[in-house]
Formats: sequence, C-alpha cells, structure tokens
Amino acid sequence: MIAGGSATTGAQATGPDRWLIRGVTVAGSGGRAGGTADILLSGGSIVAIETGLNHSGAHVLDADGLIALPGLVDLHTHLREPGREDAETVETGTAAAALGGYTAVHAMANTDPVADTAGVVEQVWRLGRAAGHCDVQPVGAVTAGLAGLRLAELGTMADSAARVRVFSDDGRCVADPLLMRRALEYVKAFDGVIAQHAQEPRLTEGAQLNEGEMSASLGLAGWPAVAEEAIIARDCLLAAHVGSALHICHVSTAGSAEIIRWAKSKGWPVTAEVTPHHLLLTDELASGYDPVFKVNPPLRTSADVLELRHALADGTIDCVATDHAPHPVEAKETEWSEAAFGMTGLETALRVVQEAMVDTGLLDWAGIADRMSVRPARIGRLAGHGIPLEAGVPANLTLYDPASPPAAVVPAGASKSRNTPFAGLELPGRVVATFLRGTPTVLDGKLA
Amino acid sequence: MKRHLISAADLSRADALLILDTAEELAQLADRPIKKLPTLRGRTVVNLFYEDSTRTRISFEAAAKRLSADVINFSAKGSSVAKGESLKDTALTLEAMGADAVVIRHPASGAAHRLAGWVRGSVLNAGDGTHEHPTQALLDAFTIRRRLMGGRRGSALDGLRVTIVGDVLHSRVARSNVLLLSTLGAEVTLAAPPTLLPLAVGSWPCAVTYDLDSELPKSDVVMMLRVQQERMNAAFFPSVREYSRRYGLDTARMARLPDHAIVMHPGPMNRGVEIAAEVADSSRSTIVEQVANGVTTRMAVLYLLLGGTQFPAVTQ
Repeated sequence: MIAGGSATTGAQATGPDRWLIRGVTVAGSGGRAGGTADILLSGGSIVAIETGLNHSGAHVLDADGLIALPGLVDLHTHLREPGREDAETVETGTAAAALGGYTAVHAMANTDPVADTAGVVEQVWRLGRAAGHCDVQPVGAVTAGLAGLRLAELGTMADSAARVRVFSDDGRCVADPLLMRRALEYVKAFDGVIAQHAQEPRLTEGAQLNEGEMSASLGLAGWPAVAEEAIIARDCLLAAHVGSALHICHVSTAGSAEIIRWAKSKGWPVTAEVTPHHLLLTDELASGYDPVFKVNPPLRTSADVLELRHALADGTIDCVATDHAPHPVEAKETEWSEAAFGMTGLETALRVVQEAMVDTGLLDWAGIADRMSVRPARIGRLAGHGIPLEAGVPANLTLYDPASPPAAVVPAGASKSRNTPFAGLELPGRVVATFLRGTPTVLDGKLA
Repeated sequence: MKRHLISAADLSRADALLILDTAEELAQLADRPIKKLPTLRGRTVVNLFYEDSTRTRISFEAAAKRLSADVINFSAKGSSVAKGESLKDTALTLEAMGADAVVIRHPASGAAHRLAGWVRGSVLNAGDGTHEHPTQALLDAFTIRRRLMGGRRGSALDGLRVTIVGDVLHSRVARSNVLLLSTLGAEVTLAAPPTLLPLAVGSWPCAVTYDLDSELPKSDVVMMLRVQQERMNAAFFPSVREYSRRYGLDTARMARLPDHAIVMHPGPMNRGVEIAAEVADSSRSTIVEQVANGVTTRMAVLYLLLGGTQFPAVTQ
C-alpha cells in the first residue's frame, strides 16, 4: 500500500514533516461520501483535504481503496503497568493499540499499585508520552484501592498533570449505592464521568460463565444477566437523580441495552460501550473449557449479540471499547475456574467491528468513525481526538483497508500477551497506517 | 468408542451397551476364587486425585489391578500439587512417565477436558467439579439393569422411569445420569426445590418436578443425591429439616413406591437428611451393590478404552 520510490524512502529517518495521503475515502465527512480525496498532513495537523493535491517534498502514501477514519479512541484498555509488566507494559500495549488503528487509549485503574492517586496516574501518563505510540489517558479509581469503601482523591487526580476525567473501579463494581451516588455527584465539580463495571456482587459469587444452557451443562457457576442489568438500572436512576454523567462499561446483555435505551429516552446523561468480543462471540465457545474464552462480563448468547449490534447501530450504545485485558500464558493454561478473566482486543477491534457491523450492513464507515473515535473521545473528555477529518484539525487518523481478504488472526502481535479469543478466526480488513499528530505510528501494517 | 471418557454424552447407545455387557461378563469373575485377569499387564493407570474420595479411588484402583495394570496413585495432598504445580505440569509429568490412562478427580469443572488436551493416554473423568461423573452413571445403569431386567445382555433401559432427587444444580452424578439414562431410553425426572435446579434445566433430556410425592408412585427407580454440607447454609433452602421434610426419602414416602421399585444413592449418604436409615438399609436399597458394581463397570471401561473392542471369553 505504501507507494514505492523516493517519496517514502527514508520516512523513518526524516521524521514527521509532511505526508500526502493520496486517493483515500474519507469516512465521516458526509459531503464527500463515495468520492476519494487527498489528505495533506503538515505540522501535526491536517492542512488540506481536496482532490488532486500535489505537494512536492511530502512523503506520499498511495491510499487507493483505503478508508481514512479519525484515529480510533479506546475508552477501556488495561495496560497492566505498573505492577503486571509480565502481561503488558505501556510500551507494548500502546504499540498494540497503534497497530489496531488507535491514537488514544484510556488506561484502566486496576494496576498494582492502583491508579487512585495523582502519583500513579501521572506515572502512567508519562510512560504513555515516552512510548509515543498513542496518547495514554489514565482512568482514575473511584474508590481507594478499588476496595469499594471510600472515595479515592478524585479531585486531585482531576487536577494532576494527567487531567483525569473518567473514573472507574473496573474489574469491580461500585456496588454500594450510597458510594456510587456520592461519586456521581462529586465529579460534577470537574466534569467527570463515572464508568461503572456493572456486576451485582452477591448475584455473581464464584460466577464463571453466562447463566444459561452452557453453564448448566458444563457445570460452571452462572453469571446471570440480571446481575448486570440490576446495577445498570439502579445507576441510571442515580445519574438522573443527581444529574451527573454515568458511563456503563462493557454492556453484554440484551436487557442492559433495553434499560439504557429507556434511560436515554428520558434524556438522562447515560452513555455505554460494548466490546468487540461481545459483538461477535457467544458462550457456546466455552464448551471445550478453554479459558481463552473466559471474560468478565462473560460471553452471552447469540440473541444478546444480535441485540447489542442493533443497540450500537441505533446509538443506544455509544461506542466500541476493547476491554483489552492481557494475561500471561500461565493465567490461561489452567482449569477454567482457576483462569483469569479477560481477552486481548486492541489489534483486532476494527476487523471484528467490520465483520459484526459493517459487513452486516448495520453501520457504514461514517458510523464506525462515530462509534470508535468521535463518541469515545467525547465521553472521555479527550481533547484533540475524535474529531471528524477536515482541514485544521490535529492529524490523528487511521487508514484501513476493508477489502483486504479475510485472514486468520495470528496471536503474535505487539501485545506481550497472546490471549486473543479470535486466534485462527478469519476476519476481514487490515489496518494499514496510523498517524498521531501527523507522525506515522504504523505504516504498511507495521510499527513505524 | 472415543479415546477418553469425560462426559456421558461421549457415549452412544451402542457404546453404553457394550460397556454394560462387558461389565456383565466381568461380573462373573467376582464369583471366582482368582479375580484377576492378565488383560492390561504392562499398562500403567494413574489415579490423579485432587479431591478426597476414598471410595472412587479404591474402586478404580481395584478395577485396574484386577486387569493386571500397574497402578500409580497420585493425590494432591502428598505431591508437588500442594506446593502449587499447575495441572498442565502435572499432566506433562504423567505423560513423561508413560501413563496409558489417567483417572482424574478434580474440584474444577472441565479439569478432565483440559487434561485430555495435554496427555496422549486415555483420560477417565472420575468427577470434575459440578460437571460430570460418567462412570457413576454407568454403574448406576448397570445396577438398574441387573435389578430390574435381570442383567439381560444387549438390553437397554427403554421405558423405565427414573426419578433423581435433590441438589441437581451442583451434582455431577445427576448430569451424567440424565445424559446416560436418556441415551439408554429411560424416562428421567428430576425432583428438587427450584433453587437446586439449573435455570436452563428445560433444555435437558428429562422432565422436572418440584413435587416428589406425585412422582413416587410412577417411579421404577428413585435416586437420592447427597446434600452437600456447604449448601446447607447458603439460602438454597430454609433449613435442613425443611429440606428433609419435603425431599427426604423416609419410610412413608418409600411406601408410595411400586413394589418392584429400587432406591439408589451414590454415597456417601447423610442418613436422616436426604434418606432415612430405614430406607437406606431396606431391601429396596441398592447402595451396597452400587459399590460392588462400580468395580466391575470401571473394569469394563478401562478394558474398552485401553484394550480392545471385544472381551475375550471369561468362561473358558
């Protein structure tokens, strides 16, 4: 895909100056639908989007057949650093993100130590800047140590260099209704949002797999849909009551989508995300007890998958978020009940979403730009990202080839971990290039 | 037959009948002064037990020894497992020692399935968590056929009505029996309080009732499940006494059974909870026979997985 000849030779050596992306289809700019254009990047910004741009001295990237999306933004990434550098580091996780087309990720707070102080969130933020593959926006914990007992210093994290706006105890639910109410109220002071991991703890003690036919026949403790839906319903009511922003992490059931649709119909300040794996995979994959399919919330039924796709298409669910959760081999090469919850997702997200949403006709590429860049950036209060591509905006963009023939997913990527549930599955598409403020982080599908 | 026996669903009707008929042949050995056959001489069977289960371990050990196999007992308490070795590493160790069959009992559902991915020998599931216990179902089917059908070879359990009573949700015995007995043509009914049935039990090949008493006069077999100690204080039922009152098999309930009906229990029993002592010790009870039949049935399974498809005539 990269044009041959002198235009690209030595791109890495000369660094980010000017790039001309030629003949690309720009997603999310309604006026240009169907046509192609050239995009000129310079000084970290998009200088022009026009047809027939000709700029000598720029590196030329022949983007025939490619789609240009605003750089993808992930609201839900586990980078594992500090604490579990054996599973992932900020360096490897953000490299995986760039390869997946992301220009910004929100790093979840369940590290060790927990990101519940200004010190830890600033550390993660600085590691992200040093890695340079994409922007890293730390998420702060809602409660100290994720213990669910008292609020972390939310305001201090908001005021820190990391400018935290999204707070989450992800991995655990803020189950105490009073604490959840206080958290929602408190973050109004600095335009924060509470991202809830919706899981009623008593209804999910020892839970291993979606409660249904599979859990019954496999003899695994069930994780009932109602345990998610009950918390979502409660928190939507709380958000409405105190007038503060609630975001629901990894929505996994048809019933959850219905509750969120109802809350939005009331005009309540509720947003939601769905993971790529919940848009494609079902609990039937657990039949061989391979813990690569063990995730929290669990894979659900095909009826849930279809309803989640529709909810994403009609905007009930605002965005796709990966919940990229790397784990070392030994955490998965074990009995199901002993294995860690979680799957990697950054490097495959866009391909999975093409399969689930675009190739099914549910969303067009403008819709993908909205659900994977514009809306997650807005929910995360992230400046400089998620802006539809036009002259004058920061040059954060992803070039994607949707016509690349379906190819089997290979677990070996930039992530330190290999726990992808999509290994061996044939998925369409290919991320060709990613630009972060005008600098390529990925070229020809490889780290630049 | 498949190479492993992990779920009762692995067995076709023909497979199940072959095992029962082979067990019937082997049962004749039990009456002979020398109970041992040379069939598995030089083969190694490992008993890999991560849970205390003296009765199942001894049963498998006796079965393997009567077929002249070398038996290695590997229990979690006395080995590196207690020091934190993973199941996979243990599997690789057994593989290196040349185990022809591994009999595994494990507290995690799916452990036998995982093990089968790591060893070349046959894996026999001797109970994995709350999933399955297929040899228990086979010995139960064998016992039912002997008691109610004279042990007639080639015959299945078509039309027999079997009622399984108690904690189905957490019972590997119930899961395996529902699958195997329905494969063999029996009509299985589960009788339990709603809290002790899986939510999706409707998709299983059996009927379900909350009312044990209405089921008893129609039952040829009543199989009582053990109430585990840890369920007793976890809100599955209000009290042990109430459970016993509604689902326990006492003499009054036993009197409602048809004359020919039998009472089964996989053991160990909680006398006075799910079964009254008078019932357990009555002539309808097959509980002691089940233990004896366990050895014979497991011999048949080991033989068929490790040996061959047809049993050399025991009678020669």
